[in-house]
Amino acid sequence: MKSIRLKTITIACVVGWTLVSAAVFAAPDARSRNLTASCAACHGTNGHSVNGTPVLAAMDKKMFVIQMKDFKSGTRPATVMHQHAKGYSDEEFEKMAEFFAAQHR
Amino acid sequence: MSLDRRDFMKLTAAGIVIAAFPGCATSSGELVRKKVQRVVIVGGGFGGATAAKYIRMWSDNKIEVVLVERRTKFVSCPMSNTVLGGSRTIGDLTRNYDTLKSKYGIIIVNGEVTAVDPQKQAVMLANGHLSYDRLIIAPGVDFMFDQIEGFSADISANSIPHAWKAGDQTVLLRKQLESMRDGGVFAISVPKMPYRCPPGPYERACQVAHYLKSNKPKSKVLILDANPDIVSKKGLFNAAWKDLYPGMVEYRADAAVKKVDASTRIATTDFEDVKVDVLNVIPPMKAGAVAGMAGVVGTDNRWCPVDFLSYESTLQKNIHVIGDSVSAALPKSGHMATSQAKICAAAIIELMGGSQPDPDPAIANTCYSMVSGSEAMHVANVYRFDREKMAMISAPGGGVSDHRSEVEGTLANYWLENILSDVLL
Repeated sequence: MKSIRLKTITIACVVGWTLVSAAVFAAPDARSRNLTASCAACHGTNGHSVNGTPVLAAMDKKMFVIQMKDFKSGTRPATVMHQHAKGYSDEEFEKMAEFFAAQHR
Repeated sequence: MSLDRRDFMKLTAAGIVIAAFPGCATSSGELVRKKVQRVVIVGGGFGGATAAKYIRMWSDNKIEVVLVERRTKFVSCPMSNTVLGGSRTIGDLTRNYDTLKSKYGIIIVNGEVTAVDPQKQAVMLANGHLSYDRLIIAPGVDFMFDQIEGFSADISANSIPHAWKAGDQTVLLRKQLESMRDGGVFAISVPKMPYRCPPGPYERACQVAHYLKSNKPKSKVLILDANPDIVSKKGLFNAAWKDLYPGMVEYRADAAVKKVDASTRIATTDFEDVKVDVLNVIPPMKAGAVAGMAGVVGTDNRWCPVDFLSYESTLQKNIHVIGDSVSAALPKSGHMATSQAKICAAAIIELMGGSQPDPDPAIANTCYSMVSGSEAMHVANVYRFDREKMAMISAPGGGVSDHRSEVEGTLANYWLENILSDVLL
């Protein structure tokens, strides 16, 4: 009984450590955070839209980048997003995507 | 003379004891005891409230934030023209500061700053002072009533409202519109750029016309613009006036109002005297008064020059300025104030931790104008820091809607809900 408990604790610790390290390594930097901060007026704090606009929090990184590139090129028609997308570089789309992907729903 | 405890407290309240024992002045006059590194923010509008929330959020609550605001409620200026049109009440645009206190631990002081001491790093209020490590000044605009003969703060509060800060004057202007006769003239005077919310006066003309069209269809809206032309969304506003309110909106360029007569409601420009039924004069603007107290107003005597990496004043160390008071080729809008606030918040956290701010900030602005009860159009831009010019300049892309639409009217409402939640919740 005692050894099973110990084993459970060990497993829990290992799992816990893995989660913590994953969170640390996936943590977006301040640059990513600052770039996305302007998006909040329409898409909510950290991408948590409270109504109407798409929720960007936890959006798949690849999906975010593709959509921004499509808005930028005009491949995907938009009401407002094309104006913003043209103002950022592809590298900045990657940074923004990192930040949103790291947010929890 | 001997002082009992009650007398002593009375004297302390009056500031006499503080003066008698100068050595104790700092501790006895401090309104809220400073525990750790502290940022004091003066002004709880879009910029100030956002800076407060984001400094707490991004510093993991390590930096103390004191927000000084003279109003007890937050009233959104964006969308307040719809109160004139009738699709919203001022109550719909009013929020409180409760969540900033309870969720983020921001200390809110309801009061008015009377002086700033950049050397002692303290702001003075009527009943004491607040010391700071860094100060953010976010007062929005003040009005230059002295630029218009016969105009004053009193007159604007009672008979010729500017209604350029949402609140009592918005309600007063709506009442004046309601009691105007059918066949009357509602005049809006637009100041020379730069002023708060460039498309705002033209949006207001639409909202007033929207009300008149269904309530007093023989009436007119007259725009007396100090600028040589419509300064924002020109084609879109002209189309809205022509299609939605034919024959109702009249626009006059280069028509700065120089003089008003409150009793006769006559506005005087260089060319004419115009007698109207409702007079809405939006005066020229400058940085809020507290900017002057802090010594951060530039040589133009109106706006505050800043370093765009941190929004620290170029004139006073450890004092930052954000929002409408900043001297820049950036639109003076609610969204822009929040975008600046976040760059400022990030920079203050870096500077307090001994690091350097983000060297390449890029910020965005989206500004909707409601031209009827349901339709809107936007202007949207990204602005980036230019290292050579040491200025924020418009990035590639950006611009205005192709046409007004109900889709954008709906997006404008989503914008309001999201930005208010981003600022206050």
